[in-house]
Amino acid sequence: MLASIGLAIGFLAILTLLLAILLVFAERRILNYGPCTLDINDGKKSLTVTGGSSLLSSLAENDIFIPSACGGRGSCAYCKVQVLDGGGMVGPVEEPYLTPEDIKANVRLSCQVKVRRDITLAIPDELFLAKRFQGKLVHKRKLTYDMVELRIALNNPESIEFAAGQYIQLESQEYAGRDAVMRAYSISSIPSDNRHVEVIIRKVPEGICTTWVFDHLQEGQDVYLSGPFGDFKLSDSKAPAVFLAGGSGMAPIWSILRDMRERGDDREAIYFFSGRNQDDLFFTEELFALEKELPNFSYVPCLTREDPDSDWKGERGRIPAVLPKYIPDTTAYEAYLCGSSNLIDACVDAMKQRGLQEPNIFYDKFE
Amino acid sequence: MDDAANLTSFASVMLIFISAAFTDNILLTRFLGMCSVLGVSKKVDTSLGLGAAVIFVTTCTSGLNYLVYRYLLVPLELEYLRLIVFIVVIAAFVQFVEMVVERISEGLYNALGIFLPLITVNCAILGVSLFMLGTPYNLLQTLAYGAGAGTGWALAIAIIGGIREKINEQALPRGLAGPGITLIVIGIMSLAFVGFSGMIRI
Repeated sequence: MLASIGLAIGFLAILTLLLAILLVFAERRILNYGPCTLDINDGKKSLTVTGGSSLLSSLAENDIFIPSACGGRGSCAYCKVQVLDGGGMVGPVEEPYLTPEDIKANVRLSCQVKVRRDITLAIPDELFLAKRFQGKLVHKRKLTYDMVELRIALNNPESIEFAAGQYIQLESQEYAGRDAVMRAYSISSIPSDNRHVEVIIRKVPEGICTTWVFDHLQEGQDVYLSGPFGDFKLSDSKAPAVFLAGGSGMAPIWSILRDMRERGDDREAIYFFSGRNQDDLFFTEELFALEKELPNFSYVPCLTREDPDSDWKGERGRIPAVLPKYIPDTTAYEAYLCGSSNLIDACVDAMKQRGLQEPNIFYDKFE
Repeated sequence: MDDAANLTSFASVMLIFISAAFTDNILLTRFLGMCSVLGVSKKVDTSLGLGAAVIFVTTCTSGLNYLVYRYLLVPLELEYLRLIVFIVVIAAFVQFVEMVVERISEGLYNALGIFLPLITVNCAILGVSLFMLGTPYNLLQTLAYGAGAGTGWALAIAIIGGIREKINEQALPRGLAGPGITLIVIGIMSLAFVGFSGMIRI
């Protein structure tokens, strides 16, 4: 009895072991492509990698982080890069994610491109500077009824270099059958606090990432993000600046303003923030306090639906209607806008009518 | 009808092949390998791709499993382990084939690549290996049986794919679209295949 059980177990163990060894050996021999060269952006960077793994992971091994939320399964389509030569045929997994324009421009999902030979590819320059960070959520603070602030302490790498106004991609983790996704959030902390990243997140009903942040993410939990990305930042000119934001559009401006205070940038600046009523306002005291520290700065919160009988002494009405009272002529101004596309479009129109020049408009639109 | 296994070798091989493909169609008479049929049979070309991969794998794994059974399991009196051993052999073989195909032909890999892992868990493949045990076939006949069963499966999924291409799913009641109508199609087809039964006995 015992002998036959032993025989059965032994036989199975030996058989599976043999097959496993055979497969490992076969993989080494058959799928060995030797060293391959990755030529990035016309010779700007050249990497030698061991062939056989995906382009995404080969690049990541060399500290070039292409955004990817699904971990290389080919289901998020964030990891698109231009593969100019050596990428092979478009595979059936990536095909549904590529538009006809993508295919024309040789855009591929880098997680589905296997490095089998030398590859020539093109990636946006900012990705060279972006990194993937592992950090820990140290603080989750409620700002308003639908807004939270996350403070993340960076562990690996330990510090981030960014310009105030740039954004990061936050990776949500799988929960309740929802896939991991990546969502962009502007950094609300200041560049000198380079061991931390803060973001402001507004709850989107049914939003995959925001639901994760609001209902699942706990203080002390590990979080992953990559960045910095984006070119929304304060220009080097000394031109007077008008900032406009609504909701979580506060984040980059909050970072820019406090960065100005640190650098002693005393350019003329005025900040219009849009909310429906007083419940939508946050950082109000801090922003009015900034008026004292930045000599030429003023903060103008504008409420559109505030109860007419309330104690609110500030502006009532939409920003495009309030703005001319403060700035009759916007010709000399630079405008920095962050918020929903409705808000931005309306404000840009109003300011253009008063002389704002197209090249001086900078915005970060939420889709 | 004579016992196919006792005929001269070529005739018996042909007979076994044809009977495995038609009278004993593994998909339409035994309803094996349904999950991949429901999933992949939307188009004729993908159906044919998966069908080709199945033919290849059933042929080879039935041969391999025949040898494993005859020369390992029987002498060691471990016949009762056949189920798990066959699964392991099939999985390892499919992995191996995937690697070879990837190295040899990228085009073929792209065409078959996503189907090969599907095959690892395709019950039709395991079914072929297990049914083979109940027969008195030699190695050559076993290979013919495997190839025939695979061909029958490929034929059936290709026909289903063709029919599904023609079906306008928009015109169907909601609950019938997709797997529902496919199962009905398979049911009608298997009624048609009943017509073959009894023509050859294996």
